[in-house]
Amino acid sequence: MSTLFQVPSSAESALPAAARTNTKFLTIAMAGNPNAGKTTLFNSLTGLRQKVANYPGVTVERKEGVWTLDPTLPPARLIDLPGLYSFDAASIDERIARDVLTGDVSGTLQPDVIVAVVDATNLERNLYLVTQLIEMGRPLVVALTMVDMAERGRVKIDADELSRSLGFPVVPVVATRRQGLDELAAAVLRAAEEDAPVQQWQLSETAERELQRLAGSETPSQGSDRRTMRNAAMRDLYGEELPTESERRAAVEAARGRLAWTNPHWWQEPLLERYRWIETITARAVEQDAPHPPDNSKDATSFIDRFVTHKVFGLVILFLVMLLVFQTIFSWATLPMDLIDNGFGALGEIVRERLPEGLLAHLLVDGVIAGVGGVLVFLPQILLLFFFITILEDTGYMARAAFLTDRLMRGVGLHGKAFMPLLSSFACAIPGIMATRTIENPKDRLATIMIAPLMSCSARLPVYTLMIAAFFTDRKIFGFLSTGALIIMAMYLLGIAVAVGVAWVLKKTILRAPAPPLVMEMPPYRVPNPLTVLQTIWSRAFLFVKRAGTVILAISIVLWALVTFPRLETTTGANGIDKFYSPATAQAVRETGTESQGAPAPAVGGEDGDAVGAQLRQSFAGRAGRLIEPVIAPLGFDWKMGIGLISSFAARETLVSTFSIVYNVGTPKNGEEERSSSLIDAVRNARRADGSPAWTPLVAVSMMVFFVLACQCMSTVAIVRRETNSWRWPLFMVAYMLALAYVASLVTYQSGRLLGLG
Amino acid sequence: MLLSQRITETLERKTFEETESRAGESRPDCSLDELPVGASARVARVKGAGAIARRLMEMGIVPGAPVQFVKAAPLGDPLEIRVRGYHLALRRTEAQTIIVTPN
Repeated sequence: MSTLFQVPSSAESALPAAARTNTKFLTIAMAGNPNAGKTTLFNSLTGLRQKVANYPGVTVERKEGVWTLDPTLPPARLIDLPGLYSFDAASIDERIARDVLTGDVSGTLQPDVIVAVVDATNLERNLYLVTQLIEMGRPLVVALTMVDMAERGRVKIDADELSRSLGFPVVPVVATRRQGLDELAAAVLRAAEEDAPVQQWQLSETAERELQRLAGSETPSQGSDRRTMRNAAMRDLYGEELPTESERRAAVEAARGRLAWTNPHWWQEPLLERYRWIETITARAVEQDAPHPPDNSKDATSFIDRFVTHKVFGLVILFLVMLLVFQTIFSWATLPMDLIDNGFGALGEIVRERLPEGLLAHLLVDGVIAGVGGVLVFLPQILLLFFFITILEDTGYMARAAFLTDRLMRGVGLHGKAFMPLLSSFACAIPGIMATRTIENPKDRLATIMIAPLMSCSARLPVYTLMIAAFFTDRKIFGFLSTGALIIMAMYLLGIAVAVGVAWVLKKTILRAPAPPLVMEMPPYRVPNPLTVLQTIWSRAFLFVKRAGTVILAISIVLWALVTFPRLETTTGANGIDKFYSPATAQAVRETGTESQGAPAPAVGGEDGDAVGAQLRQSFAGRAGRLIEPVIAPLGFDWKMGIGLISSFAARETLVSTFSIVYNVGTPKNGEEERSSSLIDAVRNARRADGSPAWTPLVAVSMMVFFVLACQCMSTVAIVRRETNSWRWPLFMVAYMLALAYVASLVTYQSGRLLGLG
Repeated sequence: MLLSQRITETLERKTFEETESRAGESRPDCSLDELPVGASARVARVKGAGAIARRLMEMGIVPGAPVQFVKAAPLGDPLEIRVRGYHLALRRTEAQTIIVTPN
């Protein structure tokens, strides 16, 4: 087991050395451990010339940019791979990264040069991936990041010595200050001309013999491909999965058997050899003041962690962080939300004025503009959430939150990493679902995605607010507790309780899997790079708008058609339906919570309102409402509420604007306040055919329960479709949530009636 | 007040006794989760041969590597350890497969 074993390497690379830079476009891949500073380096190298997409068939982000290595040469294509610790992949991200490096992803060329991003503060573990990259036998350059931080921790790395020992270039870089970037480009260009680095360690004689046998048995060796062959043999012999081809499989199994006979821990051999070699390298290139390993118990991260993961303070801090995030989302987002609301309203008005009255104007204003506006109104909240998630991730706090909550989450069979995505879902399920990507185990991730929409998001608030304003405001419990507040809290708790139950059931049935291991790095705390944060938010938001937007547009048009056709002849055209999506109603309802109850209650009805209501009742949606009435009657709902349920599939808050049309509240004549109070009165005074009140407090509760549990959000469906890459899971989600909502409402209403509350 | 004081005293004595008994012996190998908080050790071996054992070793927990048990999470699980100069969180079940020789 000598360490300085030299594999002869001349003429081993696939292309003759000189030919490689003559090819027009160099493809360069950046590989490195998570938190090694890859993204910051990538952003500095490519600037804004990058595009984000997904790898085919999976939801792993594919980031590619243009890197000008030398102004006189054509620019190179730079691929930023997802972070990985080793080639023996644990998560989808790692598997994709490995497959890109080995050239096994369709549509992506195998990289000509690999830039290994190595964190100087964590050299030994980062070099482990480098040993596997060396084994691959592609031209390699190390970009050594965080050198300044390592020196602050009294670790001095001699980059020249490191480069000599490794046998290929090592370039220290400080991406934020653009130091070392030119040197890195030059090193990459040189590496493209030169031969791949040599592997300087070897396994035991028995193991090497088995490798040679496997490498030789595949196809006649062409000399130049010896390392590729050895690499393939390594992967088959020591990989987690056996090769599928039966002859090869038998050969590998026989080899494993022979190895196990001499050494029961045979599979550990490459791991141990790689680390042994790393230790000889670092012994030469690293100088440290402190004895090995450096005592970092007094550094900033350990100091912060003394509080942040403390038994008591840790939980308090977690609570305060949550509080801050929610407070910010619900207060700061209001202003831009109103601006978007009013902006789309104004845009609709402009279009309406410019276009001749008719179906086209109607479709544009009430279908397209209002529908898309109704979803984009949540963009400020989504952006703020992305902002917080990115900050929490990049500072390193996310790992601490997972550390603190893992035990709790394990109770329902989930992972600590599921905590933050679920928490975000209280504001909006979309960023929450997108944040589940850090969960390695696909079944855990799916279970988390499936329960995320059960967290009461902000879109449910208008519905809760309307119901409570109409039926529960003046009541107090024990003289000071407001019934409304208690009911809203009960709704949140109901969502959580059901989510826990669903997760438990899913993990016992269709998503059954052994308890996932938690082996999670707790990265040092770092100040996030503003540019990186902005670019992350931008790319996430862009993906949301692009992917969800197309589905939303389509569904908006369908819904518009449902409430518009068939047309009622007497309706005064576009005027009839235009209040259906009216952005102003959403705002009106946000204010209903504070609405005084003694407000005068005229203005129900009116000519406009009558026309609108008549058109709606006559439309497909109205007919559908009547059609489903027998089904929803046991929940306490009549057909008018049915219209609301149908239209709110697009987005929950649409219920409120639909009700203003259904109950003929009409256009506000004296400002918003009157209309919102009149909606409340309309709801209170609504009658069934037999003259009994349509709404009772019990019906209102039943309605709220339905909204807690039903998946009425097309953006969520669209994003789940994207994240799971199939229609199966989003459809399953809609179905199971609808079923739960129905049963829960049924139980609520019927048991309430039995108790005499109806 | 009095009760809490007595509990604290009992706990302290117990910790003391534990340390005493450990100091006297030749420090036999134990699993990582059995180390007292803050204690350092060297990895003797990693039990098991599955994906988890492999991942632990890839993360640098190989025989001979120095490790330190930093702390346990508020609810007792997972644990935070330090290995090769960085911090790693793992659950007790994983920590039990790591056999160490206390320093």
